[in-house]
Amino acid sequence: MSAAKPAASAAKEQVARLLTLVPFLHARGQIRLEDAATALGVPADQLVKDLKVLLMCGLPGGYPDDLIDVDLDALEGPEADGVIRVSNADYLARPLKLSPTEATAIIVALRALRSGAGDDTREVVDRALAKLEAAAAEGSAAAQIDPGEDAGTPDLARLESRLRDAALRGRQVRLTYYVPSRDEESERVVDPRGVVSAHGFAYLDAWCHSAEAPRLFRLDRIHEAEVLDLAVETPPEAPRDLADGLFARATDASRVTLHLAPAARWVVEYYPVEEVRPQPDGSVEVDLVVVDPAWLRRLLLRLAPNARVVRPAEASKEFSSAVRHALRLYG
Amino acid sequence: MSSMTVRKSERLLNLLIMLLVQRHYVAKDRIRSILYPDSSTEGFEKMFERDKEELRSLGVPIEVGHMDAYFDDEPGYRIRPDEFGLPDITLEADEAAVIGLATRVWEHARLAEATTEAVRKLTALGAQLDVSALDIAAARLTADEPSFDVFWEATQERTPVEFEYRRPGQDQVATRHLQPWGVVRYSGRWYAVGLDTDRGEERVFRLSRVQGEARRAGRPGSYDVPPGTDVRATAKRLAPAPSTERAVVLVRTGAGLPLRRDAESVETDVAGPDDRTGWDRLVVSRSGLGLADELLGYADDVYIEEPEGLRATVIERLRAVVDGGAA
Repeated sequence: MSAAKPAASAAKEQVARLLTLVPFLHARGQIRLEDAATALGVPADQLVKDLKVLLMCGLPGGYPDDLIDVDLDALEGPEADGVIRVSNADYLARPLKLSPTEATAIIVALRALRSGAGDDTREVVDRALAKLEAAAAEGSAAAQIDPGEDAGTPDLARLESRLRDAALRGRQVRLTYYVPSRDEESERVVDPRGVVSAHGFAYLDAWCHSAEAPRLFRLDRIHEAEVLDLAVETPPEAPRDLADGLFARATDASRVTLHLAPAARWVVEYYPVEEVRPQPDGSVEVDLVVVDPAWLRRLLLRLAPNARVVRPAEASKEFSSAVRHALRLYG
Repeated sequence: MSSMTVRKSERLLNLLIMLLVQRHYVAKDRIRSILYPDSSTEGFEKMFERDKEELRSLGVPIEVGHMDAYFDDEPGYRIRPDEFGLPDITLEADEAAVIGLATRVWEHARLAEATTEAVRKLTALGAQLDVSALDIAAARLTADEPSFDVFWEATQERTPVEFEYRRPGQDQVATRHLQPWGVVRYSGRWYAVGLDTDRGEERVFRLSRVQGEARRAGRPGSYDVPPGTDVRATAKRLAPAPSTERAVVLVRTGAGLPLRRDAESVETDVAGPDDRTGWDRLVVSRSGLGLADELLGYADDVYIEEPEGLRATVIERLRAVVDGGAA
């Protein structure tokens, strides 16, 4: 998060893992190595290394009985049954209290979840929150961080869970979808694949029957979604990973370079831009991938006169022509 | 993992156990003789300092006290079990389930990690996570603003912050100084709330308008949040009031769907600026200041009748493009 903090040392991280591992094992008695690795999110071989450290720790008396006991034979060698057995570590039975950042992060996350919960579940969230707030370490800033009320935007969130469910069950969905660049609302039937997010927006990734191609639909532009009692027509496929950019797989995309005056710089934060080159006067030049020329024209109009096309020339010409047509209305 | 790391892990954990299981302060000499037997005095001092710091940075509360009221030159150390361990909270299965969901909320690497770590600690004691029974929708919290982390940490530490800020509608960037009281999400955007020390007044700043990196400008704990401060209420009070703009526009038949959807009134088949298509007259209102932008986006599908100020703005902006523009 901040560059000011020293990098955590490997030993420190190992101790942090052990302080969660011991209470975890203590509460369960015995557990299979693989199950513990999955539950704790630590690779199994790392877990064995951690357990070997534990073996060398214990009460300061210096007698063998003072050390924590780990049954290594059960984890390595011919007699191994893959079950972790740890004893003599009762004083580490409680997990370390939450750090201020951990307490704040989880409390704020739960508050955000609260808005998308039904009445019964909201009551559960409130109970969990009350316990967490009581348990939060002193110094937690949870009261000072407010996620607002719309993080879950209940309608969108419900739409999202219906679409996820339809994808899971392999059901077709009929969408009424607004396409801003063309200023039209259209109805289409899709095979949903999943909901993914990029740049703060959630998208349905789906096979579109009319386009006969995969398409992304921004959830807040879907006005209606009817789950049909029809099995999907295309083989199930995992939704796309949008981490590399929204248009990573677009084939008909073209790169456009824009010059943005300072007042239009926000574009850089809101749209997937490939490269930003700050200019000495505070303006920027950006490269972005544009799939739909109508989308670009609309964006440029909204920004007028703070954005202009550097290249290609066709995009620049199209924008000028749109501006002249609009001006002509006013004589 | 190197053998040095392993030895250090063992030493850190043994130090922790030693201080945790003793009811009284443990003398520094005793710590040295058991855990650092082969070190020189100078080497011990250095290692011991670093080890204490590393444990503290994990959240382990190491207390310093004096062994003996008569010999106060001998410091001792201890960890109180009630300060060290998570308080005894028992989570019901349904509570553990919603807590498990919290790991999916943050779309912010470090806070997602902190939440996951918190959930591991909370569920270490045996709660099983089963989220299938819940009537709850996924929530997401993004925090893409580059300055978010600095304001979040400064709020926790109560550290003043200095940053470059561009006010809405202005090109100029000014350096501002804030004692952050809180970070608040409002209408989908993050704001910092606090005392603006340049002006001596409470202010809100939209984080997406902070230019470049915000910087800490003072010591942690160097101010107090006024008692009773409700950061959400403050943000709502100080965030620019959503003003409402109203306009009468002509829209080509079949165009401007979003304008039509929530228009106050629609009058069809009216005389328009050209005869290429039919025109309808709409009265639209919008909160916020984006109406000119929105209407510009429709190019020659929308013609503004009223108000005169809005019409003039739009014409002026279009002309500026033709004349070479600000860009």
